[in-house]
Amino acid sequence: MPETTLLHVEDLKLYFRTGKGTVRAVDSVNFDLESNHAVVVLGESGCGKTSLAKALLRLLPRNVETYAGKIYLNGTDVMGFNDDEYRRQVRWRKMSMVPQAAMNALNPVLKVGDQVAEPSIIHGAMRKEEAMEQASKMFQHVGVPQDFLHRYAFELSGGMRQRVAIAMALVTWPDLIVLDEPTSALDVLTQANIFNVLKGLKGELGLSFILITHDIATSSELADSVAVMYAGQIVETGDAHRFFAEPLHPYSRKLMDSVPRLRGTQEPDFIVGQPPSLINPPTGCRFAARCPQSFSRCKEEPPTVKHDGRTVKCWLHRK
Amino acid sequence: MNNLKRSLREMAKFPSAVGGGIVIAFLVFLAIYAVVSIPYSEAIRLWRGGEEIWGDNPRIVPPAWTNFFRREKQPTTIIRNSRDESPMTSKTVTEISEDMWDVVMTFDFDYNFDAFPQDLIVFMEATFVEKGPFVSLFWITPDGREIRLGEVTAKPSETYRFAQDERLLRRLKGVAPQIALFADPEKETPTVLKGRYQLQIAAVTFEESADLEAKFVAYGTVHGLAGTDHRRRDLTVALLWGTPIALLFGLLAALGTSVITMTIAAVGVWFGGAVDELIQRITEVNMLLPTLPILIMVGTFQSRSIWVILGWIVLLNIFGGGIKGFRAMFIQIKEAPYIEAARSYGASSWRIIFLYLVPRIIPVLIPNLVIGIPAYVFLEASLALLGLGDPVLPTWGKLIDDARSNGALYNGQYYWVLEPAVLLMLAGLGFAMVGFALDRIFNPRLREV
Amino acid sequence: MTMLTETAQTKAGAEGNGSKGRDNVLLSVQDLRVWFELRRFGFGHAGYVRAVDGVTFDLHYSETIAIVGESGCGKSSLMKTILALHRPTKGDILFEGQSLNELRGREMQTYRAQVGYVQQDPYGALAPFMSIQRILEEPQIINGIRSKPERDARLRRALEEVKMSPVDDFLPKFPHMLSGGQQQRVVIARAMLLDPKLIVADEPVSMLDASVRVEILKLLRGLQEAHDLAVIYITHDLSTVRYFSERVFVMYAGKIVENSRINDLIRNPSHPYTVALLAATSDPDADNARRFRDVPPGEPPSLVNPPRGCHFHPRCARMIAGLCDVEEPPYFETEPEHLVACWVYK
Repeated sequence: MPETTLLHVEDLKLYFRTGKGTVRAVDSVNFDLESNHAVVVLGESGCGKTSLAKALLRLLPRNVETYAGKIYLNGTDVMGFNDDEYRRQVRWRKMSMVPQAAMNALNPVLKVGDQVAEPSIIHGAMRKEEAMEQASKMFQHVGVPQDFLHRYAFELSGGMRQRVAIAMALVTWPDLIVLDEPTSALDVLTQANIFNVLKGLKGELGLSFILITHDIATSSELADSVAVMYAGQIVETGDAHRFFAEPLHPYSRKLMDSVPRLRGTQEPDFIVGQPPSLINPPTGCRFAARCPQSFSRCKEEPPTVKHDGRTVKCWLHRK
Repeated sequence: MNNLKRSLREMAKFPSAVGGGIVIAFLVFLAIYAVVSIPYSEAIRLWRGGEEIWGDNPRIVPPAWTNFFRREKQPTTIIRNSRDESPMTSKTVTEISEDMWDVVMTFDFDYNFDAFPQDLIVFMEATFVEKGPFVSLFWITPDGREIRLGEVTAKPSETYRFAQDERLLRRLKGVAPQIALFADPEKETPTVLKGRYQLQIAAVTFEESADLEAKFVAYGTVHGLAGTDHRRRDLTVALLWGTPIALLFGLLAALGTSVITMTIAAVGVWFGGAVDELIQRITEVNMLLPTLPILIMVGTFQSRSIWVILGWIVLLNIFGGGIKGFRAMFIQIKEAPYIEAARSYGASSWRIIFLYLVPRIIPVLIPNLVIGIPAYVFLEASLALLGLGDPVLPTWGKLIDDARSNGALYNGQYYWVLEPAVLLMLAGLGFAMVGFALDRIFNPRLREV
Repeated sequence: MTMLTETAQTKAGAEGNGSKGRDNVLLSVQDLRVWFELRRFGFGHAGYVRAVDGVTFDLHYSETIAIVGESGCGKSSLMKTILALHRPTKGDILFEGQSLNELRGREMQTYRAQVGYVQQDPYGALAPFMSIQRILEEPQIINGIRSKPERDARLRRALEEVKMSPVDDFLPKFPHMLSGGQQQRVVIARAMLLDPKLIVADEPVSMLDASVRVEILKLLRGLQEAHDLAVIYITHDLSTVRYFSERVFVMYAGKIVENSRINDLIRNPSHPYTVALLAATSDPDADNARRFRDVPPGEPPSLVNPPRGCHFHPRCARMIAGLCDVEEPPYFETEPEHLVACWVYK
């Protein structure tokens, strides 16, 4: 593992027990994240990307069947930590999260400043005044006026609430922030604003991000590298420049083709069919049924082919 | 239909639903059994008929099955009637002279209990024109002692109470006859002498057509399935018939209040404005009204009929707290896009209320309704306890009220309170268990918790 | 080709021979204002929310237009007024020459049948306790189609048109059993059931997965072409407009600030707000991560007390002091059929 690797995820699995069977939401996921980088996890709804975020932060629901694999954070195997150690030493201290629709999950009866201060008190063992100072510092970083510290969530616009949610994740000075669909419910200008904030944070504070989204166009606003997820597995990883120029996996290509573009004349296309159920995923390549380029070999589990620093899980790229 | 099947299958997954279902099924079976086996008029007769219906029952005794748990077996009631054809009774009439006849009746019975009976009485019916028969009674114990009891000149309807015969009492040295007559003379402490006893009734009649029939009752200290109350009534009747009444009352009250309340809330929310304001204000005023005193007034001045009370309960509860709860839900649902869609394709207000708003609430309504049933059953019991019980119908609440007013608990007559209480509790438990399971089925968000 | 100046002429055309060609106006929105009264403590008057404040445009038969704006710009209120879910405070909407204000009972029902509505949240748009069959029967029952076979035939045809086949597999299902894309197809099928002349689509793809959006947009466009439908497409996402609409109206704080053909708008955005919207809309490009987006400061104004003059002036970099903050800009034509409400083009 090179020095600069912040996060190394190996063979991570998260299965859930449900009435209908075992849901393999995260099924042997591998990826690396360098320090001060942003990786985008791209995928359709139901591909397991939110479960991946939960697995990373160990925010697990009760019906977990399997939770296994390796997560190295700064070279430390944090999977070996027990829940208490994880809560004290990892979650929010090193890695925090802005959950999906966090802006709508702010406590309506607490002032937003107090809410942002809360994690420093819980995880940073700070006194209230110190924590409030941290909160006000964070407000500065995310571009929320100081007097908003004493307002309630309902008095803030959607964009401001989302900034507050980001400040909450930021206030304990973690190295890594996991963002789950941070802008999907926001307007275009607000989206652009939030991404400006995130870009600023990355530059000023040297933060790393895992951005989980289905929206390829906006994901490119932050991405240094890309991981494409399909049916619980990562099918392609690579640096953003080469990925956006030429995706390798047939799924990534179809996904890229489905993006309506403002500039350019290319007619968008869509992917026929539905993603497979995570309860009984097909053997072999999970995308084969929808893949225009599938061939006989796709019935076997495809290898993860590495070349040029990119990986792709597809038989087509086997030399 | 498929929906129903699916729901039932879903319910089978919840042990509480299965348990509750069994309890409810038991109660429903009890209710049906009661109505079928004891028709309404018969039930009323058994409960309100008079002495001749329950005169042969002992007074305030626990059920017979309590013997199962006792070392000293308590006696059940023994009856011997000269009119019955039985090897244990005999009646002979012999002519002594021209105007005297000897009527001798013997009643045999085996007494193998460990405790003494509650009371001993002989009921006699004499037929004569001018002069009633002269009756002498004798007691023959298993060890052959013959004890003279007493003599009476029978009236057409004569009751000889052993315990009230002063002379007998004196002869028995002040020991109550129901003890002295059964006690083993060898023992220091009164102990029952087991074996075959005989009561002889020898009568002399003075007219050709005169006759005497007698019935001997040795009142037990346990009775039937449920015991008896202070008026010697068999509680079984009230417990059985209390079931259909309780279930019907609870169901009607719960159904009436929740369905009407929901409809009113939906109408208020949909039309909004003045209609909503009016409903809200009525609700607020109504919630301030003290329900119980109003019901007491209704019971005192109008009628204590359970159905009148039911009507008032429904009336007072329609505009209750439920309206606020339903209203909160409807306000949310009203904003749902599918409602907007329905408006856009022209659905009328009433159609939207009944086909679009209300069905959304049913998953909340049904569990609430089921959970609400026992609440009303309890309310009826509470009202009965306040003396507002139905004057005609036997109900569980009335039983508890009777027990309370007769100091059952002070006197250790626990069965009297416990029996209706257990049934009330079963009803509460069964409906609550099913209701909570239904809530989880219909509102899956709760399942994770 | 229509704002303000030519309404009278086109209106006359629609009333004239009743022909339904592309040159005739289907729907004419005339100086529409939709204000909501704010009440204090339930009664005292506390002002108005001017959700739609003077909107005028014409929609021709089988024309597709897009209304673009951020949340709170009034586009939803405009749409709901067109759907006759809100009443106009002032102004009028004419459908085939008839004022919606004057429609009563039966006539209103007829109007509703001619306007299909596709909503944003497909799951919320379908009653969760109704089967697909029932969902698609409801509008027909309400609109007096009494014969069950006819209703069945219609709903089957509608489902086939939205490519939900085999139809029999879907009819008994409930909405939660369908994927988001399938739910939206059902919503579209419902909008198509009564052979509408106009479809109002409110952000029909914004809640769907990126991979499904194009599919639904293509489906809508296919239906539009096959049935010569007029479509009002409401969105905040300019990148989808191109595939769908010929003409676009940009709305800001209750007013239309720019009106142009979509390609002209992308090539030559005129209003500073439109420029900002376009600048903030990203295409997938790794270089995006290297640069900050140019976003105008501040947030859209309150619709209760909008700024005087041009509503955008407090955020505008090209604001002309003494003009933009005083007087409301009229429409200027920057190129043929491209109107912009901005003093810069005086």
